[in-house]
Amino acid sequence: MSDAMQTTSGSNGVPAGELLEVEGLSKYFPITKGFLRRVVGFTKAVHDVSFNLANGETLGVVGESGCGKTTLGRTILRLYEMTAGSVRINLDEGRLDVGNLTPEERKLFRRRAQMIFQDPFASLNPRMNILETVGEPLLVNGVAKGTELEQRVARIIELVGLRVEHLRRYPHSFSGGQRQRIGIARALVVNPRLVVADEPVSALDVSIQAQILNLLQELQGEFHLTYMFVSHDMSVIRYICDRIAVMYAGRLVELGPKDELLDRPRHPYTALLLAAVPRTAKGSRGKRLVTAGEPPDPSNLPTGCVFQERCAHVQDICREEDPPRVSMSDRHFAACHFAKDLNLDGITVAPVTLSA
Amino acid sequence: MASVSDTGRGDLLLEVRNLQVHFYLFEGVVQAVNDVSFDVHRGRTLGIIGESGSGKSVSAQSVMGIVPSPPAKQLAGEIVLHRATPDGGTETLDLGRMDPRGPEYRDVRGGEIGMIFQEPMTSFSPLHSIGDQIGEAILLHIPDSTPQTARERTEDLLRRVGIPRPDRAVDAFPHQLSGGMRQRAMIAMALSCDPALLIADEPTTALDVTIEAQILELIQELQQDLNMAIIYISHDLAVVGGVADEVMVMYLGLVMEHADAETIFDDPLHPYTRALWQSIPKIDGPLEELVPISGNIPNPFAVHRGCPFYARCTERIQGVCDESPPPVLEPRPGHTVRCFLYVDDVGSDANGAMGD
Amino acid sequence: MTASTEIFEDVLVADVAEQDDRFYYASQWSLIWWRFRRHRVAMISMALLLVLYLLAILPGFFSPYLPSTRFESYQEAPPVRLYWFDQNPEGGGFVGPHYYGFEKTLNKETFKYEFAPILDNPINLRLFAPGPEYTIVGDWTATVHFLGTDVEEAPPFMLFGADRLGRDLLTRTLYGARISLSIGLIGVALSLILGIVLGGISGYFGGLTDEVIQRLIDFLISIPSLPLWMALSAALPRDWPVLKTYFAITIILSILGWTGLARVVRGKLLALREEDYAMAAKAAGTGEARIIFKHLLPGFTSHLIVTITLMVPGMILAETALSFLGLGIQPPAVSWGTLLQDAQDIVAIAQHPHQLIPAAWVMAAVLLFNFVGDGLRDAADPYSDH
Repeated sequence: MSDAMQTTSGSNGVPAGELLEVEGLSKYFPITKGFLRRVVGFTKAVHDVSFNLANGETLGVVGESGCGKTTLGRTILRLYEMTAGSVRINLDEGRLDVGNLTPEERKLFRRRAQMIFQDPFASLNPRMNILETVGEPLLVNGVAKGTELEQRVARIIELVGLRVEHLRRYPHSFSGGQRQRIGIARALVVNPRLVVADEPVSALDVSIQAQILNLLQELQGEFHLTYMFVSHDMSVIRYICDRIAVMYAGRLVELGPKDELLDRPRHPYTALLLAAVPRTAKGSRGKRLVTAGEPPDPSNLPTGCVFQERCAHVQDICREEDPPRVSMSDRHFAACHFAKDLNLDGITVAPVTLSA
Repeated sequence: MASVSDTGRGDLLLEVRNLQVHFYLFEGVVQAVNDVSFDVHRGRTLGIIGESGSGKSVSAQSVMGIVPSPPAKQLAGEIVLHRATPDGGTETLDLGRMDPRGPEYRDVRGGEIGMIFQEPMTSFSPLHSIGDQIGEAILLHIPDSTPQTARERTEDLLRRVGIPRPDRAVDAFPHQLSGGMRQRAMIAMALSCDPALLIADEPTTALDVTIEAQILELIQELQQDLNMAIIYISHDLAVVGGVADEVMVMYLGLVMEHADAETIFDDPLHPYTRALWQSIPKIDGPLEELVPISGNIPNPFAVHRGCPFYARCTERIQGVCDESPPPVLEPRPGHTVRCFLYVDDVGSDANGAMGD
Repeated sequence: MTASTEIFEDVLVADVAEQDDRFYYASQWSLIWWRFRRHRVAMISMALLLVLYLLAILPGFFSPYLPSTRFESYQEAPPVRLYWFDQNPEGGGFVGPHYYGFEKTLNKETFKYEFAPILDNPINLRLFAPGPEYTIVGDWTATVHFLGTDVEEAPPFMLFGADRLGRDLLTRTLYGARISLSIGLIGVALSLILGIVLGGISGYFGGLTDEVIQRLIDFLISIPSLPLWMALSAALPRDWPVLKTYFAITIILSILGWTGLARVVRGKLLALREEDYAMAAKAAGTGEARIIFKHLLPGFTSHLIVTITLMVPGMILAETALSFLGLGIQPPAVSWGTLLQDAQDIVAIAQHPHQLIPAAWVMAAVLLFNFVGDGLRDAADPYSDH
């Protein structure tokens, strides 16, 4: 399962300021059958993903449902056990190998790496009030308890724009946007360095999304956070991220700085994804490219490039060999045989006039 | 409410006038739809934009006669359908006066009007094959059909909506299809009786952007071929911008603004429309900070003396907007807006006062 | 942007202040209670069930006699009637609650005993009258009864009539309630422990353990329950003391009862484990034990309560059935099932229909539990429509 990809992604000297180093990370879910739970196959949710995450940056992970973006986030946070590969996090307290944590290190890791969930209704326990919910990470990691805990919870609750008087209210008294603020408070109360935000706005009403996006940006400045922002929405990714990682069928197909990647995508799938988003600017409003096909079944992937079935530039080699990881610069690469040859269209930004 | 003028909009198919639907729940009364009026013309698409609680779905369900009653009650309003008769003329049906459970309405529902929903799984029974379910609708609504002709027609329909191998898909069960294919199958079911009006309630919200593009293209193709009218409901402004000819913006049961699609996006009048447009991240707009709409969507049980958007509005006029319900005005022909800003005397004063 | 937020804040807060504040601070149990309270039938049933259990806890106080007291010559006497007005044609008028003794005559044509009230001798009843001494608990005894008479040597006041041996059926029904109603609760409690432990293990560990436990449940469910119960109870030694038999019977009933609960627990555990908030707790660093007890278990205790409420009547019926067949509780111990043994004979029922009164109590208890269960089921998930 480790293939050509790994040779090009080796960590030859960690650049200063890297917070997270993910190398060859895979997560397979077994498919079992029968009485004895015999394993008959694997769903390769995440396959051989490598990237680094610099301190203070926001990496957007984008892709269609089932592409493995959520699994990637959860595996990095070790909510799922990794099948192969390694995740390392560089904290002030030292470097942790997330795959092999001692109980002490695990507590530290849980404080420094946190998560914001998609569904503000499902991710809060309806039977716990805000104080209990937001205070839980402090309590279980032995950071604070009693009045100190309450003070810290109150402080973070105010920072995310909620009222301290509501500490003892239950989640059912809050709207979706307010609940998402509670979820953000729960993630930030332990002073994390890395926050994996899994579709934090896609379940919210349109008029609330911008509030939460702006809040996340404000908090990033305040707490020096590093975000891994998982989303299916290219417009949101474009708005909030510094770099963009595009996933398809469990593979990382392209990763690069936002402007570079949006301006000139190097992987045909990135281009397709960008083209499928409806345009908003006058003159091109609603325009989008329609391409046939659907993503492949992650438990039954074709040999060669996973995107071959939908790719307009497919060649024989794509059906035979896994594409190598082609680097455009030290922070931009694409997993495509023809990454350097193709001239793909990105996004043309039209100046929008917001008339009043 | 002044109706949008009729020129160049094809035949009038559906007229909804002053529709008012309230839900009587344990916790209180939800004024789901308050004074909603619109026209639908053959071959044209009306987009309805709204967030949760805006009443966009309830409006459409009222036309379909499928609002759960109780707890819902239609307090006022007319729903008039001009349907074609076999001899080439038209007859006028007052749907508002018909028994939603009666055979006449059942004829209209699934006959003249078809509907597709966000989650196709909920509209298909998991126990029967796709073919059986579509075939049943055909047998029910098309005279002289036999199981044999129904099956043939079902295969035709599945081919028409782009499902590969329709002869096999006929016998597939809903869970065996991917999300995009299920949505296609549901469209096939909605089309089974050549509806004059297709109501699409967030049909692509659960789909990935590339699949969404496919489905929207399909719907538009079908519209051209069949000269259908479409009511397209969505919270996604960019999507509606791509499909609709005219757009209605709803907020808390009220139509805030109604105009043709170009105008709604390029020259919106209502502060809510403008704020909404400025608060969403765009794929091709200039990358400036989003301007969020502050506050939350009010509790659905709240009763508003004035404008329901008052508390969140940046252009509100204290003492006016919170005192009485805003009037429906038509500042330009074919462009209606429910806002005090465009009452001639108040509006000019306000502009002077607010323009700091 | 922040400035504008502040401007709107007070408007919005004013909006919120009008809402019922209590609702926002309400915990799960308050919400369930508020919803349950709206369920009128369930509320009434709950009150009646409480009364029933009160009767079962203090049968000595509420019954006029002792379950073993026999009234010679009153065998199979019909229920006496309670009157407020004097029934004597000459007397008449209000005399307060009273009843009449019976005169027993043999009908020479049918050769059946007939009981006729002796109308010229009203016997007045009063609350908290003295009567035979009964045991409340342990050595604590009392003689005061809820309803009784001060008249010396009064004929027996048998509201439900008498059984074949001339014992008061009301007294025996109330004493029988003690066993029949408690066996339901204790049986369900045992099932609950087994169900939570085995279902919890099954749902939590998964894999082969889960598979084995699930197949065991399948196997147990596939056994016809009544024959199994009968076989097991028939195997109980006849000479065991009442208490021992009683517990043996509850254990026999729970052997099958836990299976349903184990499935509920397992299913809920599996479903709730996938809930985002369980994942969120894990991400927060919460340990497995705390996730289970703080996050998952409270998520389905309300459902468990519903399930066990609906299980109790099954247990009551099972005990009644076993005792009715003579395999459960053995006389002289009294349960509703043993009382109904008297009603096994169709001729006996035809002649003395009052022997069926205990059956009415069984039905009432079962129905009340089902009504309460219904109400609880509607109220159990206060977050379902949010």
